[in-house]
Amino acid sequence: MSQKPEKLIDKKGLRLDGRKPNELRQIKIEVGVLSNADGSAYIEQGKNKILAAAFGPRELHPKHMALQDRTVLRCRYHMAPFSVQERKSPAPSRREVELSKVIRESIEPSIFLEYYPRTAIDIFIEVLQADGGTRCASITAASLALADAGIPMRDLVVACAAGKVDDTIVLDLMDTEDKIGTADVPVALMPNLNAITLLQMDGILTQEEFERAVNLAIEGCGKIYALQKEALKTKYVDIKGVEE
Amino acid sequence: MASVITRVKQKQIAQLIAKGKRLDGRDLTDYREVKVEQGIIERAEGSARVLLGKTEVMVGTKIEIGEPFLDTPNEGVLTVNAELVPLASSTFEPGPPDENSIELARIVDRGVRESKAIDLEKLCIEPGKKVFVIFVDVYVLNHDGNLIDASALAALAALLNTKMPNYEMEEGEVETRPGYNPLPMRRHPIAVTFAKINDKLIVDPWLEEEQVMDARLTIATDDDGNVCAIQKGGSGYFAPKQVLEAARIASEKAEEMRKKLDW
Repeated sequence: MSQKPEKLIDKKGLRLDGRKPNELRQIKIEVGVLSNADGSAYIEQGKNKILAAAFGPRELHPKHMALQDRTVLRCRYHMAPFSVQERKSPAPSRREVELSKVIRESIEPSIFLEYYPRTAIDIFIEVLQADGGTRCASITAASLALADAGIPMRDLVVACAAGKVDDTIVLDLMDTEDKIGTADVPVALMPNLNAITLLQMDGILTQEEFERAVNLAIEGCGKIYALQKEALKTKYVDIKGVEE
Repeated sequence: MASVITRVKQKQIAQLIAKGKRLDGRDLTDYREVKVEQGIIERAEGSARVLLGKTEVMVGTKIEIGEPFLDTPNEGVLTVNAELVPLASSTFEPGPPDENSIELARIVDRGVRESKAIDLEKLCIEPGKKVFVIFVDVYVLNHDGNLIDASALAALAALLNTKMPNYEMEEGEVETRPGYNPLPMRRHPIAVTFAKINDKLIVDPWLEEEQVMDARLTIATDDDGNVCAIQKGGSGYFAPKQVLEAARIASEKAEEMRKKLDW
């Protein structure tokens, strides 16, 4: 493991990677990157590299899991063994089981589940490289994969974390800030509905700091939302170009 | 954890909550009756049973000697596990832990860990080599809703009741000596769970309310009212202002609970 830096914010108020407190990392999003999936997306956020794929609505196996009045959304969040410093066993860890659940629950409110009874929609997320904030980047990508699969949605779901490092409330924590910072607050949002679909926190924040962190995360979500829509448009504008 | 509740009752619960009332007569932010018993399992280093209405959770702690994690060589290890025991509900099945029990364990863990409730540095025997490992096993015995708050409370009660063995080092080996010390506890994190029903927040949902709720939010706060752990669950959503309101109510409710239990 790398050495722990003593200060996460320097004298000029800049972070370890030179960002200002309310600045996002570099984000690159691509839609429609996998030919076998019904929908897919790839996101790079800082050093995070994450693939998400959506399949369905399709027949659900085992059949007794099917619901008569709606589709069953399933989600697997998984980290590649080489995605972190120390090799991660490919077997699902407890963390991955929990994240799969909270990611699914963050996406569920955006989908018209009742449109496809007796079916399943599957989301598969593979973290190829992790750099802090993977659950948020995963949600951003997974929602795009669903949109790319043509599944009717109330809004895109976009996620971003805020937190506290040293004594500053910062946006979009990277790995080191996440590990040794004071608090981390991941938030997922449907921006058009102003609805929070994922909220977690670990660390210690006063009520006032918590409020600032939530608001900053929502602000970050807004910026990423613009990139999400841009990425969707890019794919479909390109396709239109080919046809012409 | 699906089970059956009639449409009529669903509607009744939702309509009552819209009027600020609940089927069992509680106010929206009232807890059910809470009972905490400590030291009920003699074989465990610490134990507690919590009754939250009819929800019943037992927690036992065990202490062993093990290795610290690489990134925290000077700290003892805390491990939380939760079992949704099949006798607690017709919806629980035997087998390896499912996502619900893993999530439950991780929420309880987060509250204790992030509030720094245990002074883990005092559990170090030999830096990088030997530390005390604390196992917190959450055993759900009867499921009538809000397992999270009951489990978090029982875990804290059991930790407060936990005795650490006295020990001496002899030629690199740990030798236990007679007598015990209490576990070095510094904080009392209390988890408060909200259900969102009909766009209203209610505290401590019981089973039927959980079956009606759109979403769930758990907020753990420490003795100073700081927020230390949060988990949203369920397939609904919250408005940003609801979240902030919940954080404020959570710290008030947690304070009440600490007073009631004299912690």
